[in-house]
Amino acid sequence: MSSHTHHDEPFYRKYIWSTDHKIIGLQYGFTALFFLLVGFVLMMIMRWQLAYPETPVPIIGGLLGDTGILLPETYNALGVMHGTIMIFLGVVPLAVGAFGNYIVPLQIGAPDMAFPKLNAASYWSYLVGGIVMLASFFTPEGPARAGWTGYPPLSVFEPGQTIWLIGMVFIITSSLLGSINFITTIVQLRAPGLSWMRLPFFVWAQLVTAFLLVLAFPPLESAAVLQLMDRVAGTSFFLPSGLVVSGEILNVSGGGSPLLWQHLFWFLAHPEVYVLILPAMGIVSEVIANNTRKPLWGYKSLVFAAVFLGFMSFIVWAHHMFLTGMGTAMSAFFQTTTMIISIPSVIILSALFISLWGASIRFNTPMLFALAFLPMFGIGGLTGLPLGIGASDIYLHDTYYVIGHFHYVVAPGTIFALFAGIYYWYPKMTGRKMSEAIGKLHFWPSFIFMNGIFMPMFIQGLAGVSRRLWDGGLESAHASGVLQWNEFMSISAWLLGLAQLPFIFNVFYSMKFGEKVDENPWDSTTLEWTAPSPPLPHVNFDNIPEVHREAYEYSVPGRKRDFTPQTVPKKG
Amino acid sequence: MLEFLKHYGLPIHLSTAGPGIDEIIVLIHWLMFILFVGWGTFFIISLVKFRASKNPKADHEGVKSHLSSILEVAVAVVEIVLLIGFAFPIWASRVNDVPTSAEDGAVHIRVIAQQFAWNIHYPGLDGIFGETKVDLVDEEENPIGLDRSSIGGSDDFYTINQMHIPVNRKIRVDLSTKDVIHSFKLPELRVAQDAIPGMSIPVHFEATMTSEEYLQKMADTPRKGKGLEIVCAQLCGLGHYRMKGYLTIDTETDYKSWLDSEAQYLEEYEDDEW
Repeated sequence: MSSHTHHDEPFYRKYIWSTDHKIIGLQYGFTALFFLLVGFVLMMIMRWQLAYPETPVPIIGGLLGDTGILLPETYNALGVMHGTIMIFLGVVPLAVGAFGNYIVPLQIGAPDMAFPKLNAASYWSYLVGGIVMLASFFTPEGPARAGWTGYPPLSVFEPGQTIWLIGMVFIITSSLLGSINFITTIVQLRAPGLSWMRLPFFVWAQLVTAFLLVLAFPPLESAAVLQLMDRVAGTSFFLPSGLVVSGEILNVSGGGSPLLWQHLFWFLAHPEVYVLILPAMGIVSEVIANNTRKPLWGYKSLVFAAVFLGFMSFIVWAHHMFLTGMGTAMSAFFQTTTMIISIPSVIILSALFISLWGASIRFNTPMLFALAFLPMFGIGGLTGLPLGIGASDIYLHDTYYVIGHFHYVVAPGTIFALFAGIYYWYPKMTGRKMSEAIGKLHFWPSFIFMNGIFMPMFIQGLAGVSRRLWDGGLESAHASGVLQWNEFMSISAWLLGLAQLPFIFNVFYSMKFGEKVDENPWDSTTLEWTAPSPPLPHVNFDNIPEVHREAYEYSVPGRKRDFTPQTVPKKG
Repeated sequence: MLEFLKHYGLPIHLSTAGPGIDEIIVLIHWLMFILFVGWGTFFIISLVKFRASKNPKADHEGVKSHLSSILEVAVAVVEIVLLIGFAFPIWASRVNDVPTSAEDGAVHIRVIAQQFAWNIHYPGLDGIFGETKVDLVDEEENPIGLDRSSIGGSDDFYTINQMHIPVNRKIRVDLSTKDVIHSFKLPELRVAQDAIPGMSIPVHFEATMTSEEYLQKMADTPRKGKGLEIVCAQLCGLGHYRMKGYLTIDTETDYKSWLDSEAQYLEEYEDDEW
């Protein structure tokens, strides 16, 4: 067999042009963590302007021009890049590209992904997209500044959008290549005996996510190309006739519709929310099952809820567009689907809460992050309700309430789940555990400051303060009662930044000095823990494992150990 | 709950649509509150009761009942009630009950958004809007491209960022934009509507309080002395943050005299022209 060929591989073959899913997963992981940091730094700069409007930004002020003040054009540009980088270059690549790539083949007992070269192509396309996005900071026009949602006509007129669209095309292509690979791998390469209902929930979550990506991204890719044509080839897919911009009649053929873009964009971007949240739920489920020492409660209902969630996520998109002039029938349809999709979310969250009952809970760092995910995602999900109902959305639409809502879903929600995953699977990737003490030093401040940033957003939102205001509402009469929160949120954001230093240190420190552990340090049941740590290059397992049981046989009465790995044959 | 939300930001409303919208905001927040407290209590009890040091051996089965299905059904039922009982009717009235000046005696105004101002177009005494044409647009002289020679156009007048409406009268605004997407928002009146290029979208509302009465109510709050504003709620470019108009809700008499003064101003202006 080829199990020993890896010894002959030169460095660049092994770590750079690799087709091994584990190396690609790590490449995705480190790149995505880097982008998360970049996206967060952009926000820390923006929060200076919001806290202390029109005062020079300390430290990096020199980069912002003579005055050191963050100008509206830069503020808008940083806003676009924060959103784009966090979602498309940070969270999704980490949740899907990194964890999906590294863990899914191991959890299904496969030697690699089904199409290793496609997998590498996916990473490199992602990296090119990311570099294009970063490069936009250094072009004469600067980065895009028409919102991360890129609504035309503004996006057709504003500078910087062309390079953003080109970057998006690479990023989308990367996701398409990746998702095809995930679907094929999970359908075809499961180990003998690993039937659908024996799959760890994480694999189910990744499977549904892959379907969302492969079905929802193509419309956005076409939309991005159409918008690119509107900008560079004089078409007007998204431009109606008769526009007057800055006193000049716009010389285009017209006949297009700005709303077409919104439909195409949200047709992706709503399922994208579940692309962010499903892998997170998957990770949290693994960590909770393992650290409660009992099976997930209602495994089947979790699976069906996730599949249903994925399906429904395709028919809720227009709830982002209630205020575009939508009639009664259409708004009733989208309000109804939006309420329907809340039910599987309630099922999943309830099942995870109920899983805690009767447990023997180990409060290690991955578990702390996974536990914190539950109420944080709960807040994020619940605050989606008044936005999903048209009547209350009239008032709350495009306010900070929305910002608070989706950040609770993504930041203390998904990102906490990703941290849980990093702490949990780190021993598999390195053979060492991350430091628990430093991990807790990372968790507690992060938990506090996350809430310090996002909770006041609901207050500002209730007051009606709009998002995307350069002055943070200073000029708006209705914001006068809630302006004082801006400074509080900003300071929380900077402290949250500080709180990430222990994590960065821990990742590198523990590679060398972390506690050495065997292949299954958490006493877990799923297949990835039967492979050596780190798993063998290209083949993962010494022998392809055979599966005899369901995913979470913890604390089965009458057995000596409180866990029975999936590979242990049933007696008789 | 309403008091709680008001304490945390929600301003008082001053329109006939306000009570309905505030009611549904309150009801949803009750639902959120109950679910969160319910989950939260269960969560904290579980964490304390089932920590490994106290409960070293986990129970394989855990919760045996399927009571949580009741929770899920209950949430579904509440949502159905919210939708059918509150959300659908509010929306239907919002988009279908558009008043006209002929039948409902509504005040009819056109609002044309542009980067970064609100043009407010009144039809004048005859109640007929003159035509507007793109090629007549002149940012200095004629920002909305009004054709004075068209039928009804001679007595039209427009203001920039100044909108006056009478209290307790139905108002209809036909909303459009010259350039990009804007969003016409009157937070205190619970009114919001995107202005979409290429479309004219009707918005309607009725104020229940004059600006003066409102300012009196706000006298002891941080908002003291700051009147009502037309907010742009959709990113529209660099000047988005400073795009705002001023809304004055007059008594019927004050509104009439304001209309008269605008008409007089228009006459003097026209005289200057010749």
